[in-house]
Amino acid sequence: MEEITKEKISEEITSSNVHLFMKGTPLFPQCGFSSTVVQILTYLEVAFTSTNVLEDEKIREGIKEYSNWPTIPQLYIKGELMGGCDIIKEMFESGELKKIFKEEDLISN
Amino acid sequence: MSMTKDELFEILASGLPDADIKIEDLAGDGDHYAATIISKEFIGLNRIQQHKLVYDALGEKMGYTLHALSIKTELPKD
Repeated sequence: MEEITKEKISEEITSSNVHLFMKGTPLFPQCGFSSTVVQILTYLEVAFTSTNVLEDEKIREGIKEYSNWPTIPQLYIKGELMGGCDIIKEMFESGELKKIFKEEDLISN
Repeated sequence: MSMTKDELFEILASGLPDADIKIEDLAGDGDHYAATIISKEFIGLNRIQQHKLVYDALGEKMGYTLHALSIKTELPKD
């Protein structure tokens, strides 16, 4: 992966406390898994930023190498990979995700 | 691209020899499966690390030969 791609990815990950690499946008998700994570974040009323990996093939492939995680979506909380759709769904259903957002002061209610 | 349920089972079983593996075909197109995997290898690992073991078994196939795999990892009961 080119250095410039790595830097761009790192900038996006740290651009906000909660950042989602997804296919499409929160308003127009292009994949069921990405849409599921957007719905969970919206339901929890967590502010987040996102990157549409479909807009840049280098980022789409680079993020997989960067995190050593082969699929999209990828959710980052304070710069750390929290998981893909399965893990985020599991953590949401167990209440663990809300707990983490509360502990990190990223959720109001 | 796609793979059969048996191929997926073989790949996962070779990567996690002790594992109990259940595979569900989600779409019948050879591209969307759900796998529930119980293995001692997961003990002491967090979810990300557990899923990474499964992805390691799949190697380059994940996201290319196989489009979507829903993963559920569990520790052995005993």
